[in-house]
Amino acid sequence: MNSRRWFSGTLSETGLHPSILVVAIFLLAYPGFTSDFFTFQIGAYSLILATIALSLMMLAGYGGMISLAQLTVAGLAGYLIAILGDNSVGVMGLGWPWWLTVIVAISIAALFSAFIGAISVRTEGIYTIMITLAIAVAFFYFVRQNYTIFNGFTGFAGVEPPNLFGVYWRSPVPFYYLCLTIAAISLGAVFYISRSTFGLSLQAIRDNPRRMRSLGFNVAFHRIFAYFLSGLIAGTAGVLLVWFNGRISPGSIGVDVVIDILVIAVVGGLRHPIGPFLGAIAFVLLENFAIDLIDRERFNTVIGLAFLLIVLYSPDGLLGLWNRLREKLRSAKADRLALNGGNKVDASSYESLDNP
Amino acid sequence: MLKSLKRMLLALALLSVCTGAVAQDSIKMGALATLEGAFTVLGEDSMRGVQLALAEFGHMAGGKKIELITGSSNASPDSAIRATRKLVEQDGIQVLIGPLSGSEGLAVKDYAKTQPNVTFLNGTSAAQDTTLREPADNFFRFSTDGAQWMAGLGEYAYNEKGYRSVAVLAEDYSFPYTQVFGFLEPFCRLGGKAPVDARFWVPIGNKDYSSVIAALPDDVDAIYVALGGADAVNFLTQYEQAGGELPLVGGSITVDQSVLGSKGQTRSFVVGTPSAGPISDTWDDPRWNAFVSAYQEAFPDGFPSPSLFAHGYYINTKAALLALDAVGGDLSDGGVKYRAALSALEFETPTGMVKLDERRNAIADIFLTEVIEGPDGNLLNKTIKVVDQVSQTFGLSYEEFLKYGQVGRENPSCE
Repeated sequence: MNSRRWFSGTLSETGLHPSILVVAIFLLAYPGFTSDFFTFQIGAYSLILATIALSLMMLAGYGGMISLAQLTVAGLAGYLIAILGDNSVGVMGLGWPWWLTVIVAISIAALFSAFIGAISVRTEGIYTIMITLAIAVAFFYFVRQNYTIFNGFTGFAGVEPPNLFGVYWRSPVPFYYLCLTIAAISLGAVFYISRSTFGLSLQAIRDNPRRMRSLGFNVAFHRIFAYFLSGLIAGTAGVLLVWFNGRISPGSIGVDVVIDILVIAVVGGLRHPIGPFLGAIAFVLLENFAIDLIDRERFNTVIGLAFLLIVLYSPDGLLGLWNRLREKLRSAKADRLALNGGNKVDASSYESLDNP
Repeated sequence: MLKSLKRMLLALALLSVCTGAVAQDSIKMGALATLEGAFTVLGEDSMRGVQLALAEFGHMAGGKKIELITGSSNASPDSAIRATRKLVEQDGIQVLIGPLSGSEGLAVKDYAKTQPNVTFLNGTSAAQDTTLREPADNFFRFSTDGAQWMAGLGEYAYNEKGYRSVAVLAEDYSFPYTQVFGFLEPFCRLGGKAPVDARFWVPIGNKDYSSVIAALPDDVDAIYVALGGADAVNFLTQYEQAGGELPLVGGSITVDQSVLGSKGQTRSFVVGTPSAGPISDTWDDPRWNAFVSAYQEAFPDGFPSPSLFAHGYYINTKAALLALDAVGGDLSDGGVKYRAALSALEFETPTGMVKLDERRNAIADIFLTEVIEGPDGNLLNKTIKVVDQVSQTFGLSYEEFLKYGQVGRENPSCE
């Protein structure tokens, strides 16, 4: 279990596609040409949801384990920020310094995630979903009914990010860049993990656990460790989430929101780490603007239909849609080329046929 | 594909330019209610109240056209804040009506402090601290709070009904806390008892009350029930099936039309249940009757009679429009004049005169009611008494009232 060997991998991408650069520049310049609303509530919120969904994508895409408890892990980190740090409710709020609070919150969230992994690791498919859903629901009811620590239905309010370097980190632009940085680091980490020895063996376990076991790999440990890593990502996003809302209550981690995270990951595409980001943008845009498109009593139907259509026509989500479109364009181009070139060939061959 | 996308983007850009240009001679008003989640039906009725007030003014106030933009939440503070932020920061509304539920109101009040140029009027959220402690200068509540809604009920239960000790069953969040406080405070001051271990707090959306019913003590005279919507229907049905015999005392939304009008067996045993609230279905007054018939005419598919949610949103919307008339639709100073006009506003509602106190909370009439069986077998709330001009501090000074402490599960202790 030499960790260096475990994580020996490479980040070097041969031939960085120009579109990646364009997207990066767009994301960096984004707050420059949009309103605060688009920077904060669309931009930053999409990035936070995407990071939570990314932790699910990592488990589901590379490990084949669909966990519905990722938001619960994020929620635990958020709750710990309110409990260990400061809040305005008057319950708990131990007033620890922010850096200690953040480190402890994320670590406990990651350990909690590993614990969820340890419980669910010997199950597959629908049973993993059931167990993690049960944990999510249990945690939801627990925080709703526990008043001494979690302050029940009301939860916590007045949770503020620290004032560092003279910057108020909840104001839209700094918070957007904070989220962007965290999202980029998480994305990079997931990329790296997917190519590391650990990630490759995780994917091999996903494809054929029995063979990997007979080759001497500790299947359970790999899976639990994957849960731990995804817990680090989800926990970090949970800290951002509680800073974003300024509050956390059982409603923030209810079953409907748990399902939202799954929807984001599936709609975006589970095959590639970029999928959750596409899914989150689509989700947040629809959630905010569907009510303007249609009668206010029906807007949730629009959201549902949009996602149904995406999943129906592209089982790989938005990412799959994009790939198919690209394939089609490419093959159309190829066809056209082939057609132009082919005519000549055909003509000559006819000629040759005509002149035996 | 790409071309049509480009065209769409262009259209969107044009659209945003256009809306910017129109903004001069119209005023954007937002309405936020629970159009999803457990309180959807109540949220829909709220929107009817907003529509009713707008229709009354012909969608014009202060010489400007009122452009209504709706937002939706699901009764959680998070969703209320997200919807509010979208309405304020993206749609650029200048006046907001909402939200509906107690804890949402507390969250929106906090948000209001960060948007000093926008004016917030409450919907029906009735938690006490929305206006009592650390109020926001630009948050107005022309509907009363949950403790005010209970005015006169504690005295009535003690003096007229002769109850000396009660058990309490309520949902576990800020609005029922406020209602329980409003009922118990006078009841206990007169000498009534409500032991802390006979208070049952259930989560919103609780379906199974068998454990609560089994734990109800035998030595109490009545049960005070503050549940709303489906929760109230579930409890009443199950309590009747379990052969419960204790008389009930109802919170403001426990025995209102949305519960009494529901199909089912919950019938005879709620007859005689006293309750109190900001409206009374059967109040025979021309102002109320006119409101009810306007509601029935405009919304044939609504409730038989407007709920307190339609009423609360109606009153707050009407206040917003009246004050706009008063300042001639002039919000160019960030609404300073407008808010001064709102603070001074005093007007006639379907349920009597309303004015504000110095923390911008309403002083209004409250109705003491009792469930009766109507001539055609329907259950109705009979008006027993109208309590005139109830203030948030029940006539006490602000400092004195604060000594009662924050509403909660054990306030008042009542031992």
